[in-house]
Amino acid sequence: MSEDLTRLTAAELAEKIHTREVSAVEVAQAHLDRIAAVDEEVHAFLHVATDAALASAAMVDESLDAGTAPASPLAGVPLALKDVFTTLDMPTTAGSKILEGWRPPYDATVASRLRAAGITILGKTNMDEFAMGSSTEYSAYGTTRNPWDTTRVPGGSGGGSAASLAAFEAPLAIGTDTGGSIRQPAAFTGTVGVKPTYGGVSRYGLIACASSLDQGGPCARTVLDAALLHEVIGGHDPLDSTSIDEPIPAVVEATRLGATGDLSGLRIGVVREMGGEGYQPGVRASFDEALRQLEKLGAELVEVSCPHFEYGLAAYYLILPSEVSSNLARFDAMRYGLRVDTGSSAEEVMAATREAGFGPETKRRIILGTYALSSGYYDAYYGQAQKVRTLIARDFAAAFAQADVLVSPTTPTTAFPIGDKVDDPLAMYLNDLATIPTNLAGTAALSVPSGLADGLPVGLQVMAPALGEAVMYRVGAAYEAARNAEAGGPLINRVPSIPGGVE
Amino acid sequence: MSADPVTSGGDTGITRDEVAHLARLSRLAVTDAELDVLAGQLEVIIAAVSRVGEVAADDIPPTSHAVPLQNVFRPDELRPGLTQEQALACAPAAEDGRFRVPQILGEEA
Amino acid sequence: MSAPTLVDFDEVVERFEPVLGLEVHVELNTNTKMFCGCPTTFGAEPNTQVCPTCLGLPGALPVVNRAAVESAIRIGLALNCEIAPWGRFARKNYFYPDMPKNFQTSQYDEPIAVNGYLDVPLDDGTTVRVEIERAHMEEDTGKSLHVGGATGRIHGAEYSLLDYNRAGVPLIEVVTKMIPGTDARAPEVARAYVTALRDLLRALDVSDVRMDQGSMRCDVNLSLSPRGSGVLGTRTETKNVNSLRSVERAVRYEMTRQAGVLLAGEPIVQETRHFEEAGGTTRPGRRKETAEDYRYFPEPDLVPIAPPAEWVEELRGTLPERPWERRRRLQTEWSLTDEELRDLVNAGALDLIEATVAAGAPAGEARSWWVAYLAQQANARGVELAGLPITPEQVARVIELVASGSLNNKLARQAVDGVLAGEGSPDDVVAARGLAVVSDEGALVAAVDEALAAQPDVAEKIRGGKVQAAGAIVGAVMKATKGQADAKRVRELIIERVGA
Repeated sequence: MSEDLTRLTAAELAEKIHTREVSAVEVAQAHLDRIAAVDEEVHAFLHVATDAALASAAMVDESLDAGTAPASPLAGVPLALKDVFTTLDMPTTAGSKILEGWRPPYDATVASRLRAAGITILGKTNMDEFAMGSSTEYSAYGTTRNPWDTTRVPGGSGGGSAASLAAFEAPLAIGTDTGGSIRQPAAFTGTVGVKPTYGGVSRYGLIACASSLDQGGPCARTVLDAALLHEVIGGHDPLDSTSIDEPIPAVVEATRLGATGDLSGLRIGVVREMGGEGYQPGVRASFDEALRQLEKLGAELVEVSCPHFEYGLAAYYLILPSEVSSNLARFDAMRYGLRVDTGSSAEEVMAATREAGFGPETKRRIILGTYALSSGYYDAYYGQAQKVRTLIARDFAAAFAQADVLVSPTTPTTAFPIGDKVDDPLAMYLNDLATIPTNLAGTAALSVPSGLADGLPVGLQVMAPALGEAVMYRVGAAYEAARNAEAGGPLINRVPSIPGGVE
Repeated sequence: MSADPVTSGGDTGITRDEVAHLARLSRLAVTDAELDVLAGQLEVIIAAVSRVGEVAADDIPPTSHAVPLQNVFRPDELRPGLTQEQALACAPAAEDGRFRVPQILGEEA
Repeated sequence: MSAPTLVDFDEVVERFEPVLGLEVHVELNTNTKMFCGCPTTFGAEPNTQVCPTCLGLPGALPVVNRAAVESAIRIGLALNCEIAPWGRFARKNYFYPDMPKNFQTSQYDEPIAVNGYLDVPLDDGTTVRVEIERAHMEEDTGKSLHVGGATGRIHGAEYSLLDYNRAGVPLIEVVTKMIPGTDARAPEVARAYVTALRDLLRALDVSDVRMDQGSMRCDVNLSLSPRGSGVLGTRTETKNVNSLRSVERAVRYEMTRQAGVLLAGEPIVQETRHFEEAGGTTRPGRRKETAEDYRYFPEPDLVPIAPPAEWVEELRGTLPERPWERRRRLQTEWSLTDEELRDLVNAGALDLIEATVAAGAPAGEARSWWVAYLAQQANARGVELAGLPITPEQVARVIELVASGSLNNKLARQAVDGVLAGEGSPDDVVAARGLAVVSDEGALVAAVDEALAAQPDVAEKIRGGKVQAAGAIVGAVMKATKGQADAKRVRELIIERVGA
């Protein structure tokens, strides 16, 4: 084969598959081969579903060969699914030992929508245990490595999904974002990650971390690919009470509009409280450069103030552990998953199993959440955090009255070395400083590559109001096109070759 | 940013005994060594998250849900569920179509 | 543990004032569970009415059953409660193997109905008003089967087997405020309250209210306050009270037990106790090492419920007449004594008689059919009255046929027998069996003359003024006509023919 199919975007692959230039099976096989070649080094995947992927691709080919229209604009395109969504034909672990070997008896809504769209699910990707962490180092199944520098983390919790994109193991991936778990890994790996409006993508079958914050979303190497995937997985689901019963924002159309490169008439808010102290100089420089480009595209920059964002991290680390402590109570060795049989009472078997089955960060957050919800502390902690949540949402509302979207660096730093923060929970939590406010408010945000700092990728975060994805994609796409034009190509092309990979 | 977001918000000590109690409540049979580490880490984390108390928010309503939805209901209609085999397929132990669990010490229901 | 010292009930009442509180859990009779589309049928094979949601599988989410909310609102309205304009479900967190998520989803702190009351009729015809604190929605747990050990009980069992068919069945918990001032009637008031609540819920058709099957369960809270002290005593909560009679017994027992403890100078332990059906006693549950802290917080997977006023009013329009008001009305309409009314209620005949009357029958006839002949038939078949294969409309038709003279009582019973035997409607049976009063006057006169001729001595007595002796002749005529004669007309003919 003259062309390396793994270097193409999802949109390009879809076109080749739908015009029958290549088969979906060839595309799937090329990615499976790539996974076989590099994943020992990257460790993006916890499970590779070779047979199921090829069978699914073959069905797409059969249908297209019979002259049937593609099931979706992405039919036949491979995808890496974060191992936090339940799947009938693949094990689902959420990165935890307590679920080792669990075969769910049902598909998550996101999984069934992917299947219905003819997307080839290559396998399940690594993550911090129950999506808690910013590095994948808290996975029970080993750390994923950053394809830009394999001594560094890919971010987390969705490090596996982001790394699979940067390692060209998959052109599309699904992540979940509770406090930045899609956007921070996207920033760390030079890829695109989108956290949709809360309620925009069904959570049915998404193993809960913090129910009021979790949101599944698309990961890709281009804004257009993310938009195409967004339209596949988004939309109302009657099985999720928090699912918004409204049409999916027309993000593909907005992306194509944005890619034409004109942002005149748009006001872009720069949040005074984000991007200053605590941000790595290279990250700030990259952000300043991005602002310059946005202005050049015709956007008007306005400064906005969100005075309560600085309390976001504290509120988040009360609300999240509280919900986690309750959500993870079901892992008790009675009905599924690990059982450490101590030969004693159910109560003791539960405690022994949870002790053995959960990793240190999970235990930390369960205990913290149990504390925050305790009767004597509820008002001071959980109750107060929920009020701060209201104030942060009001900050957003005020800012969106002045600007169509807000921008900030996605993360305070670039990818850090593996092992650097694993024993310092607070330092790890600081990764989510800029991404958390969006989760607390239930609004939308994306991260798009904004260049390199000291050889490592930096992300630009674009934040939009609830259901304001269209304008967010438009800005992201315009910026991506302008940056690519100026830099002479997509950032991802500069990812170094991976040892063991055939480039 | 004007303030370091992880600066301690004041006197928020948590004792090792309290952590042990929380671990019991959470059904986590933590070891003594773990308790030592956890107590130290939680003290630092709690000091940091206590910053929420610095915000004057007495008259602010709490937000429990990120979406302004209400009255989301399902019709009272049957939906196919799991078979007994599917339900028990991943059970650590099963007997007579039921989940088999160790002796329960709690109250009689 | 030594056996508790029990104090004579009269002495208890003399020295203490009992304060009652009742918590009743009712399983709703919706088609599906509270948060998922699984069926709620009682008695299915274990773990066949389950899905990812009610099994608490990772990733599964709840969605509220609209019918359960409607039932909850109707119950609240029937209990004269205010319906909360806005409320959220909360999670009540505690570990227990019969609860798949290890938290119960409950409206505990934001109930849908608050501040109501129920006027409870007592046996002597008076009523007592029981204030309702709240009625809220929650979900039921699974069922455990304890294996090993002698008793099949949890204590001493080697292991347990869990069936989650019941997990997630909608429950309404109705909680009273403290009920003071019942004195010696505390046991009766407790039973009467639960009875009235059961009848009300049955009339609302929101639950099977079968205490024997657990679709209605009662917890009894009781404390004693030294008479006149105004000091509230420490209360106990007695669970596992599974019949109306047990409610009464549990209250009585706890009164006599607590008085014994207090009179011995000991404090009452605030605890959960279990009612022992066999001896009518209560025993303490297992003491918990640490106080429970359920760490309630709003359920993030469910959105708030804010019933629009129009919806609530629409549901108010569906409320049936309160059962005891209806009884009072029917008692007046049908001129019944208290005892007669009680018998009808106990026989489950009220609905049937009312329906028969609604179908055109006079109340007296309708009542007589259901409590006499039909009650005997039900008894013989070992079924409830309502289980007999005859409808109130059919009974009304039989009554009509008698009134019009087409059937006499004997033939009417045969017509009913035919309906019960599955031979069709009363008219079908009458036609098929040829049931009809002999109305051919000539044939009847002949039969009378024949009977008089056969028994001249009797004829002579009648002629002599002993009219009551005519019974023997009537009997003979009825026999001769195979019962198909109108006995009243036969009697008139006899008098005529003897020329008395």
